[in-house]
Amino acid sequence: MPHLAPVENIPAQGLERKPRAGARKPTIVELERYATVLRIDCVRMLAVAKSGHLDSSLSAADIVAALYYRVLRHDPQRPNWPGRDRFVLSKGHAAPIQYAALARHGYFPHEDLMGLRKLDAHLQGHPDMTRTTGVEVSTGSLGQGLSMSLGIALGLRLDKIEEAHVFALLSDGDCQEGQTWEAAMAAAHFGVSNLTAMVDYNHLQTDGTTEEVMDIRDVRKKFDAFEWEAVEIDGHDMAQVVESLEWSRTREQPVAIVCQTKKGRGVSIMENQFGFHGKPPSPEQAEQALTELESKLAEQTRQMGLSR
Amino acid sequence: MVALDADLAVSTQSIEFGRRFPERFFNVGTAEANMMSMACGLATTGKVPDASTFAIFATGRAYDQVRLGIAHNELKVRVCASHGGLSLGEDGASHQMIEDIALMRVMPKMQVVVPADYNQAYRAVLESYEREGPIYLRFGRPATPFVYADVPQTLGSGVDVLREGKDISIFACGHMVWRALEAAEMLARDQGVGAEVVNVAIIKPLDSEAVLSSLARTGVAVTAEEHRKVGGLADAIREVAAEQYPVPLFAVGVGDRFGLSGTGEAVMERFGLTAEGIADTVRQALALKPVVRHAPPVLDNGADEG
Repeated sequence: MPHLAPVENIPAQGLERKPRAGARKPTIVELERYATVLRIDCVRMLAVAKSGHLDSSLSAADIVAALYYRVLRHDPQRPNWPGRDRFVLSKGHAAPIQYAALARHGYFPHEDLMGLRKLDAHLQGHPDMTRTTGVEVSTGSLGQGLSMSLGIALGLRLDKIEEAHVFALLSDGDCQEGQTWEAAMAAAHFGVSNLTAMVDYNHLQTDGTTEEVMDIRDVRKKFDAFEWEAVEIDGHDMAQVVESLEWSRTREQPVAIVCQTKKGRGVSIMENQFGFHGKPPSPEQAEQALTELESKLAEQTRQMGLSR
Repeated sequence: MVALDADLAVSTQSIEFGRRFPERFFNVGTAEANMMSMACGLATTGKVPDASTFAIFATGRAYDQVRLGIAHNELKVRVCASHGGLSLGEDGASHQMIEDIALMRVMPKMQVVVPADYNQAYRAVLESYEREGPIYLRFGRPATPFVYADVPQTLGSGVDVLREGKDISIFACGHMVWRALEAAEMLARDQGVGAEVVNVAIIKPLDSEAVLSSLARTGVAVTAEEHRKVGGLADAIREVAAEQYPVPLFAVGVGDRFGLSGTGEAVMERFGLTAEGIADTVRQALALKPVVRHAPPVLDNGADEG
């Protein structure tokens, strides 16, 4: 079955990025292609695991690709390097997208992805810092990630590791949890300059649209009211994603980037469709998704002149 | 080390740390959930956070934050909870936390420490820095008589026989330890009962060997805690005894009800959390002791019934 195809079937060329001093930064086009690679990984993982949150992972793919392939200062060879940037996946249910990025950077073998959610595999249903290399802190209970990130930011500040930045990825569900706003208030109060919150605002949650269930409305304005620097972007426009992330680390205030996204992005049958949250794709859906994503990848590869 | 508090720094006295080390002190305001998750974040960067607030908020309000961020990750965070139990008095039921030992005891990986007095509390806080993993430290509000004349050298295994006796064991923790000692004096004076008083300062992990050896000496026991009779010290002792040395075990503690306002002492008295209350329960327990000690009567009688 195509969705069980071995990992090697994805062209390896140009996929692994080993950070080197003075290494060229990936271009926007390259990053877009990496996002497709991560999306393919996610579909395969979920098809095999038969459990998990695929659509939530897909909506975050562009943001995560921008982070791991370009913005984050990290070194898979030294996962505990004190000066590294930290990425906290507050929306822990999107773990597959982070796992894909970590595997693609060599934090653990790529074949580990197929162990997702399986007994004795290290890739838990939600990120677990005690089991998975590259996971900074365990998440999965919405609302806690921004507070954890603030704690990390303060710890780094105490250690005078000024250049290390903390990036937290929140969901719209995170923004319904009161604790997120406790953290927002505290981050402004403590005046951290090394914290960026990205909100993957995909407008769909378990019980329906956010507008139906609990309308969080203008999230940018809310962070703005908490005296963060807050911007809103198209979370699938790679140029905007990269630009806002790189800009955020230069600011003296905590920064919120509200990313308007579509749940299930990149897979037409899932995109913006209610009812996929927490449901794995059926074999047929996975096949369809992979066909679509692989043809997209081929096209992106061609455009980059990487095709053979 | 860093310290966090949630607008109770003057009550918990963490303000003293804040005055001396302002850069390493974070008062988060009345936002306990945020505080616990921040403590988790700080601990991942190698800091040792002490997060202080009242027991009700540390364990009740922020349970999930303590659970996932601190206990699950086995981080070296000290959850320092003051105002445990009923003896805080006037604030009443909303503030009187009588379930915290139970909540923290069932949480995987969490260690539970309930010091008996100021001196042991002092040692517990110092020693917590040397120990690994997450720790819940429970303190009370009022000033209490000293159980230890000086700061003890160590917490040891956390089970400390303060007074020897062969008739009954009294296992107590926190503010009930001095009351247990007082009860033992009364029982010796009035009834000639030799009560062994055991301070259980580390309820989890429990030094079950020390508990069993006391039970083996006396064959009957009473537990005393400023907490529900279920889930806390009583159940910790019962679990060990039920499996390995079943003897009558009576609990002094709070039944299926909430606290109420009053002075700390008045409330403690109303709930029977006094030396007299312990002594009464000891007398009840002792009445049952011979029945079990002279077992097995059932077998002897059974042969006659034929």
